[in-house]
Amino acid sequence: MNSIEINNVSKFFGKKKEIVALEQVNLNVPKGNLFGLIGPDGAGKTTLFRILTTLMLADTGTAKVLGYDVVKDYKKIRQIVGYMPGKFSLYQDLSVYENLSFFATLFNTSIKENYNLIKDIYVQLEPFKNRKAGALSGGMKQKLALCCTLVHKPEILFLDEPTTGVDAVSRREFWEMLKRLNKEGITIFVSTPYMDEATMCDNIALIQNAHILSINSPEGLMDSYPDTLWGLKSEKMYPLLLDLEKNPNVQSVFTFGDEHHVKMKQGKGEDDLKMWLSQSGHQEVEMKIIKPTVEDCFLDLLNERKKVKA
Amino acid sequence: MNNSIAIDTKNLTKKFGTFTAVDHISFHVNSGEIFGFLGANGAGKTTAMKILCGLSSPSSGEAMVAGFNVAKYPNKVKKNIGYMSQKFSLYNDLKVIENINFYGGIYGLSRKEISRRGHELLERLNIPNEAKTMVSELPLGWKQKLAFSISIMHKPTIIFLDEPTGGVDPVTRRQFWKLIYEAADEGITAFVTTHYMDEAEYCNRVAIMVDGKIEAMNTPKLLKEEFKTDSMDEVFYQLARNAKRGE
Repeated sequence: MNSIEINNVSKFFGKKKEIVALEQVNLNVPKGNLFGLIGPDGAGKTTLFRILTTLMLADTGTAKVLGYDVVKDYKKIRQIVGYMPGKFSLYQDLSVYENLSFFATLFNTSIKENYNLIKDIYVQLEPFKNRKAGALSGGMKQKLALCCTLVHKPEILFLDEPTTGVDAVSRREFWEMLKRLNKEGITIFVSTPYMDEATMCDNIALIQNAHILSINSPEGLMDSYPDTLWGLKSEKMYPLLLDLEKNPNVQSVFTFGDEHHVKMKQGKGEDDLKMWLSQSGHQEVEMKIIKPTVEDCFLDLLNERKKVKA
Repeated sequence: MNNSIAIDTKNLTKKFGTFTAVDHISFHVNSGEIFGFLGANGAGKTTAMKILCGLSSPSSGEAMVAGFNVAKYPNKVKKNIGYMSQKFSLYNDLKVIENINFYGGIYGLSRKEISRRGHELLERLNIPNEAKTMVSELPLGWKQKLAFSISIMHKPTIIFLDEPTGGVDPVTRRQFWKLIYEAADEGITAFVTTHYMDEAEYCNRVAIMVDGKIEAMNTPKLLKEEFKTDSMDEVFYQLARNAKRGE
């Protein structure tokens, strides 16, 4: 069974509907999944979230959340989903405790009733329970927002870029929290611009320029990378990059941290690359076959799309 | 002061009441170096950066930036640096060329000079026909590259980049770093903060702040050796997970 079903959803903005935010999106999220929507700013992530949480109407297509239609059954959907928008949207001038009890009351419940669900997170907030939400640190705000999203025990969580602008340590903690909630049986639909977070999800959809590029499990995606990928390291990385970009046998080259990831053109391989290296004057270049990351796949899919378009 | 040093701080400290946001930090950045400045939220990065840009004065200690003492000559510092962040960059409701003219004017370039450098800048970014486009209509990636180019239009000694690539797509992010390398090749020093740990690898040297102090500073390679790991992500995690304070 699917918790989310999206069929041919499109959305346009602008006076003449000239801006395409989503084009023919089809996507299913299985029940109990931790599903990641991965893509950069402006890809269409937030628009999709707003359509699914009944805050915006699609121009074409249909979508269902837990079997309910996002247009006809919007009232029902609002009762059973938890939505954390990308922008901090709690009451800044209410305290931590006041915000939480406000959201509980809104959903006809109390903090006590579903305390087991928020306990792990709330104990970290409790020392500051009388502090105004506006005066909390970024990481604490994010935890409070998650608590408020959970307090009515939603069946599905919509989290729009919860880790944007958050440092690497807090990001890791946040994903551990999501994993725990997911184990309780809550379906989670989460978006992020950080490609490295994709591996924390059961399934992911890659999105760019209003289009879904791929839907797969992270492992499935990485295994489906169509070519051999070479990792090159040297002392002088930038000149090596510039020269690799000029090499006519190279299909693509992208830097990943301390390594250049190189894909050779069809019919070209290890010997061509080794030969070029020995002639190019670059010294002591370490070269090995590497396993592609989600970001490699994203970059490759973008290239494929460009080719199809051209 | 040595010309080959772009930034030099000694025991730089900033207190707000009893809270020490920046706690006796001492470091230097060489001219033409790409220097990564990392830390968890609340570690004191922004406060330190504000002092170095001449926007906030230190409580004690000193900092020389582009040859000027930041506490004594903040305005001279401001004239000799560039600044760009994801949050504050260009005016969305002005055209590309209007933004160029505006920032050129702020930095006191002559009209002739603004026109020449503006033209050059658009050519270099490969968008010569977009001069009259509203900035709001540009794709995010173009905006970021344009903002960067404008921030170095007055040929500053140092460019401060505050999380310049947040949310930017992976292709543009890499193109953006090429701009940084090009600027460094021309002798401009880059002082960069980022949450992307792979970008820390692109820096010549990296400093990691924890609770107001610099806990580690070295080349990415030596930092990884020191912390016995193969990723900067792990180096950062080992240092920052023990941080006591939040943002």
